[in-house]
Amino acid sequence: MTSPGEQLLPINSNGDVVLVRQQVRAVAIQAGLSLVDQTKVVTAASELARNALVYAGGGQVKIEVVRNGVRSGLRLTFSDDGPGIPDIEQALTDGWTTGGGLGLGLSGSRRLVDEFDLQSAPGEGTLVTVTKWSR
Amino acid sequence: MGAILTVQSDAGRRRIEELLQQHEEHVLKRWLEIAATTPGGHTDRGDMTARLTEIYQALRQSFLGSGDTSDLRGLLAELSRSRARQGFAPTETANVVFGLKQAVFELIEGDGDTEGLKGFIWFSRTIDDLGLFTFESYATAREKIILDQAEQLLELSTPVVKLWEGIVAVPLIGTLDSARTQVVMEKLLQTLVETGSEHAVIDITGVPAVDTQVAQHLLKTVVAARLMGAECVISGIRPQIAHTIVTLGIEFGDIVTKASLADALAYTLRQSGVQVTKGRGTRVTVRTEEGD
Ligand SMILES: Nc1ncnc2c1ncn2[C@@H]1O[C@H](COP(=O)(O)OP(=O)(O)O)[C@@H](O)[C@H]1O
Ligand SMILES: [Mg+2]
Repeated sequence: MTSPGEQLLPINSNGDVVLVRQQVRAVAIQAGLSLVDQTKVVTAASELARNALVYAGGGQVKIEVVRNGVRSGLRLTFSDDGPGIPDIEQALTDGWTTGGGLGLGLSGSRRLVDEFDLQSAPGEGTLVTVTKWSR
Repeated sequence: MGAILTVQSDAGRRRIEELLQQHEEHVLKRWLEIAATTPGGHTDRGDMTARLTEIYQALRQSFLGSGDTSDLRGLLAELSRSRARQGFAPTETANVVFGLKQAVFELIEGDGDTEGLKGFIWFSRTIDDLGLFTFESYATAREKIILDQAEQLLELSTPVVKLWEGIVAVPLIGTLDSARTQVVMEKLLQTLVETGSEHAVIDITGVPAVDTQVAQHLLKTVVAARLMGAECVISGIRPQIAHTIVTLGIEFGDIVTKASLADALAYTLRQSGVQVTKGRGTRVTVRTEEGD
């Protein structure tokens, strides 16, 4: 079930990744994030959505506005049923890539957001939750 | 029960097949008349006559023997495609096909033909399927046309411009998905070769976000350009993008970056031996060095 403040978007194509970015931008504006923070969370969303597409063959993202006292923020939950990540610490190392990328998607995203949680195990898919708070 | 119904409908079906054979000329003529009353049905009478005649033959063929409908479907798909290209609505194309039902029904109705009426139920369902099939092929054809157009737009929306003798620039605008970035970068490299330019400016002022994939495309392009003896300058990195790139951990190494396209142009002009001096007021004087 999704509440009114939430939305669930599929990630099954490059076009979907573009849509995710656009939607995250729209919700980030709504949550009152600064231009720099909008750009950071949009970029993190782009990285995580592309990982779900490239390494797991697709997945989905839940976008929601969250509140903590007077602060509002944006929470993104990426999930996929792909092969999972065998060594999370290694995957979070700058420059580590199994796909010929820059290897900065996961580690860089972690730096771009305020809260970062990665859960994954071989054969169990991957769940990444990130939160960015307005300042 | 079921067996009896089958026998009945078989008899009805045979009756329809007979009618289609005996009254071919008449039914075809009526079908064409009815098709001509649907919007756009009259566009190219000759073309329509040829197509519907072929479809009629293929339909009759499909009723015989094996019931193979591949020829028939091929012709219907072709009808759909041609009408999609002419911009007709899919319902209009389906209506052309449905017109055959009316043509056959008129024949049965006039004769008070009971076998024919029973068979008509089966015939009607067959034609409905074929009408729906044109609908589907129409959607596929439209999608293909839209994809083609999107590709053409992609090419158009990524102009590589010559700024000066030996200097080309590409202003990147909008969301950079991987397909677009790749197209732009390939076009830039190609233009470098064609114009024999030694300098390229990649301006990203219009780009809302640079992720690691876009950055990797940019970096690869710069390296490829270097291999071809050309230097790239990246301009228009706005503050929020700069912040993000640094936080991500992307290193642009020794790649020259400039705040604006104007700065990048001034820089590349200097690099290629053109003197740029600020005259009085806001005028900029450009002078090429003698004997260069
Ligand atoms: N959703 C995922 N499912 C499986 N493996 C993943 C997923 N996301 C990341 N990975 C693994 O982690 C590595 C590092 O990812 P990332 O930091 O985004 O760098 P890159 O995408 O450039 O390789 C990837 O190469 C891949 O092996
Ligand atoms: Mg990645």
